[in-house]
Amino acid sequence: MRGIMDYSFIVENTPLYLEAALLTIKIAACGIVGSFVVGIVCCLIRELKIPLLSPLVQVYIELSRNTPLLIQLFFLYFGLPKLGIVWSSEACGIIGLIFLGGSYMAEGFRTGIDNVPKIQRESAYSLGLTGTQTFWKIILPQAIATSVPVFCANSIFLLKETSVFSAVALADLMYVTKDLIGLYYKTDEALLMLVIAYLIILLPLSLISTWIERRVRYAGYGNTGTL
Amino acid sequence: MKQVILETAGLTKSFDKGNAVLNKIDFSIHQGEVVVIVGPSGCGKSTFLRCLNLLEEADSGEILLEGKLINQEKKNVHKYREQIGMVFQSYELFPHKNVIDNVCLAPLLVQKRNKDEVKEEALKLLKRVGLLEKAESYPRQLSGGQKQRVAIVRALMMHPKVLLLDEITAALDPEMVREVLQVVLELAKEGMTMVIVTHEMEFARAVADRVIFLDRGEILEEEKPEEFFTCPRTERAKKFLNTFHYE
Repeated sequence: MRGIMDYSFIVENTPLYLEAALLTIKIAACGIVGSFVVGIVCCLIRELKIPLLSPLVQVYIELSRNTPLLIQLFFLYFGLPKLGIVWSSEACGIIGLIFLGGSYMAEGFRTGIDNVPKIQRESAYSLGLTGTQTFWKIILPQAIATSVPVFCANSIFLLKETSVFSAVALADLMYVTKDLIGLYYKTDEALLMLVIAYLIILLPLSLISTWIERRVRYAGYGNTGTL
Repeated sequence: MKQVILETAGLTKSFDKGNAVLNKIDFSIHQGEVVVIVGPSGCGKSTFLRCLNLLEEADSGEILLEGKLINQEKKNVHKYREQIGMVFQSYELFPHKNVIDNVCLAPLLVQKRNKDEVKEEALKLLKRVGLLEKAESYPRQLSGGQKQRVAIVRALMMHPKVLLLDEITAALDPEMVREVLQVVLELAKEGMTMVIVTHEMEFARAVADRVIFLDRGEILEEEKPEEFFTCPRTERAKKFLNTFHYE
């Protein structure tokens, strides 16, 4: 008698999922690190009010936050080649993720900066620090610490967003799943493996985030000590 | 007469149009003098200190540091602030740095002084305020009184020509007030030039060379502490001082 699931199918295809999971992790990792860098740079440009670049960044943030990742990917993968710019699907995935994540990181980071009390700045000024010195030495370190929870949440969000990459022929977890379903009609098994694969990747990330958040809170940043 | 350190002439500041928080304040403080400013809340005391330190831009009037006009140009503001120390009610230590880094930051970064020399001075000063063993602690590990003493040391490390203290004990528990005021009293004895805003009348009386009574943005009285606290001349000052008495 057959069980609800075809276990031999699951065992047989585990290597496929493993490979796809590694690709997902690789792209997500590149995307998250890239987003972080883009986010900080964008935030600095706006915070230091660099002419020309600052309004450009504003346009980018609005564009990126208000369009779905899928559309952004289509644009990169199908649109840009018409203009002569051809990307591999992997590059598309990473760039798309950075395009989306950069704005989220930038906004999260800005919240961190806004959360540093104004009087901290004044306190630094009263010691003779210049505006730039105050920003780098006093505001930025505190802002990064208070933004850590947002960065973590954004990282998890970006990792989950990778599930749309199958649309640009990237052999990630979603792609493999759809492929297997199409080939063998083993829908239940394939979807179960998909869910488990995402859980295996995301749970540790989630736990690490919680741990980091607790550490940051313990550090007393965000000025719980004053007033 | 000793040299005038800080001086204002016709200093005026208003936040909403028409409503002057400070109205043509003429003020001066000499080398080694301690001036205490008292007055009801909202009278402009803190705003006055913030103007002196250029944290608040005055609408009109002049601020002179050792005779040099400092509130007209935007460019060198930090150069002047460096010479005017300030301690805030809410301490405002930098929470991501430990005590020793808090007090050494500005001398190293702004004055580019020698690291060993700065650290040595910092430890000496911390020892004086009884916080040597807290040098490696973070602000969150200190009590309010300890934080405020660190904040005073941090300001002193810059060797300011004048120190502005803005209600530095207002956020403290009563039993911690004394440890902070004791430090200030010692500084006064050593000849530190200070402008102090406080609600501690006994302390004001003990530390001040001169008391200024500020009300509705104007200097109503300016006298020696004995005279001000025993027989104030204006009705408003009398009324204000009476609020500190209980029958």
